[in-house]
Amino acid sequence: MAARDTSPRPAFDAPVLAVTAGLEAVTAVDVAAAYGRRTIWSGATFSIQHGSFLAVLGPNGAGKSTLVKIILGLLQPAAGRLDVLGQRPRRGSSVIGYVPQGMAFDPELSIRGRDFIALGLDGHRWGLPLLSWARPDRKRAITDAIEAVGAAAYADRPMGRLSGGEQQRLLLAQALVGRPRVLLLDEPLSNLDVKNQGTIVGLIGEVARAQSLTVILVAHDVNPLLSLLDLVVYVAHGRVAVGRPQEIITSEALSRIYSAPVDVIKDRRGRIFVVGLDENEVAHPHAG
Amino acid sequence: MPAEFAVLLKVTNTAPSPSWNPLDDLALMTQYEFMVHAFQAGTVVAIVAGVIGYFVVMRGSAFAAHALSHIGFAGATGAVVLGVSPVFGLLAFTVGSGAIIGALGNRIRGRDVTIGIVLAWTLGLGVLFISLYTGYATEAYAILFGEILGISDRDVAIVVLAGVPTLLVLALLYRPLLFSSVDENLAAARGVPVTGLSIGFMAVLALAVTEAVQVVGVLLIFALIVTPAAIAVRWTRRPSAAVAVATGLALLFTWIGLSIAFFSPHPVSFFITSLAFGTYLVARIGETVARYMQSLRPADVAPRASTS
Repeated sequence: MAARDTSPRPAFDAPVLAVTAGLEAVTAVDVAAAYGRRTIWSGATFSIQHGSFLAVLGPNGAGKSTLVKIILGLLQPAAGRLDVLGQRPRRGSSVIGYVPQGMAFDPELSIRGRDFIALGLDGHRWGLPLLSWARPDRKRAITDAIEAVGAAAYADRPMGRLSGGEQQRLLLAQALVGRPRVLLLDEPLSNLDVKNQGTIVGLIGEVARAQSLTVILVAHDVNPLLSLLDLVVYVAHGRVAVGRPQEIITSEALSRIYSAPVDVIKDRRGRIFVVGLDENEVAHPHAG
Repeated sequence: MPAEFAVLLKVTNTAPSPSWNPLDDLALMTQYEFMVHAFQAGTVVAIVAGVIGYFVVMRGSAFAAHALSHIGFAGATGAVVLGVSPVFGLLAFTVGSGAIIGALGNRIRGRDVTIGIVLAWTLGLGVLFISLYTGYATEAYAILFGEILGISDRDVAIVVLAGVPTLLVLALLYRPLLFSSVDENLAAARGVPVTGLSIGFMAVLALAVTEAVQVVGVLLIFALIVTPAAIAVRWTRRPSAAVAVATGLALLFTWIGLSIAFFSPHPVSFFITSLAFGTYLVARIGETVARYMQSLRPADVAPRASTS
């Protein structure tokens, strides 16, 4: 498989799909997703070993965020069974640290990064944060999360005034502060330029290794992630396919899975482009 | 609108002159029962308005707060027509419309348009109710501009009875409300019932609005709910400190406004709103000047790494 020339993928050939009881971050058995009577995708069967770095790929509107909602417990599967760390996902569970899609803070948002991160710790609890200043463990958890993402320099500035990259780091800290086992990031790179994308991906990989987390990252473009990926989940054409990137992101594999002519093109810098999965591309082959 | 002001002037047209000794002046004011009532009710209302104002500003619900009070106007005038205390009509209309606005949610783009349309209609209703009411017009003007100098000890008791539960509910909702104000998606994923919270908040806001109307009237509600909080979020970025600053400012505006009005022939509402507006203006200008001064300084700070 193609790796980015700047940071070659570490040799990691352990059988990630091996079924080892108790070590699965997420298992899905014949899961289907539907909104009302409209089925989004079905027949998703996969198992993700704990500690994997996973990308969820696929065209817009194919149901990537639907999978995220099921993993978070915000949406029940229409069929089948999905478990997170051996249990049915529960809304608000602290085992998952979550960064939602398209987070754009109001420039007038007058709350410090530090207080925003604190919300990730106990913002869902009722009542006043009484005596929070007298709880050193709470303070330490917040400071640890800020340091883990390297945001100490601007954690006391108002969120709305920070750059996209800085906000993304604080969002990550907010997801990490509750000490989750799984990090679920919905398109964390979409609002960033290429340089910041690389920085944030590197940071996520670093944190995941240090805290032995499973990372599930929804992405539009696989290229910034290639050096870290263990697994790819492809969501397209009503189906969910899972495999190692070098096995699944090939013209043959994707064409076979989706029974459609799909081309995987590599440019001379090793970047990958998938053509033919987007519904619009199929409908208008000459477009663009 | 000279007629309205004429009515309000009547309430305060016997203006004593101040001694300029704060203690003596306070002693003089508290000799009058209506001033004691005004300070008591004003204090409770200012605390409630300051606390809830922070969330109104954080949630971007300033227009909803404003609309609630105006929708309440129709309820209040309707109650007057029916011969009931206007507080009940006010409460019914603000809580009812508050719950509906809350159910519309924070994310819906057309929310403010919907609120505006309902608002216009209820104001029309209010005008109809005023025309139907054949009695003395003071009642309607009091609802519009407040009548804190004319409230009874029973009214004070009502304000306290409504204010204390409002504060308790806000204390209970504090963290999830702040969380969903910052980002609803994130809060929902963490298990915060965002829609229920949105409805609950608007209902509490409706209660607070109903109370604040007693002091400043429906037209001037911004001065006590929105302005102190809007100043507070410019002065501090810490939520707890911002709530404290907003409450403190609302109290100061109310107390100083009441004191000035006692020694002057002009209405309290004018002084409270002017104090609020003046402080906001000073805060904005101060901020602009501070930012300008900062930009004049040589770039001694190293450019921030990894930012775009």
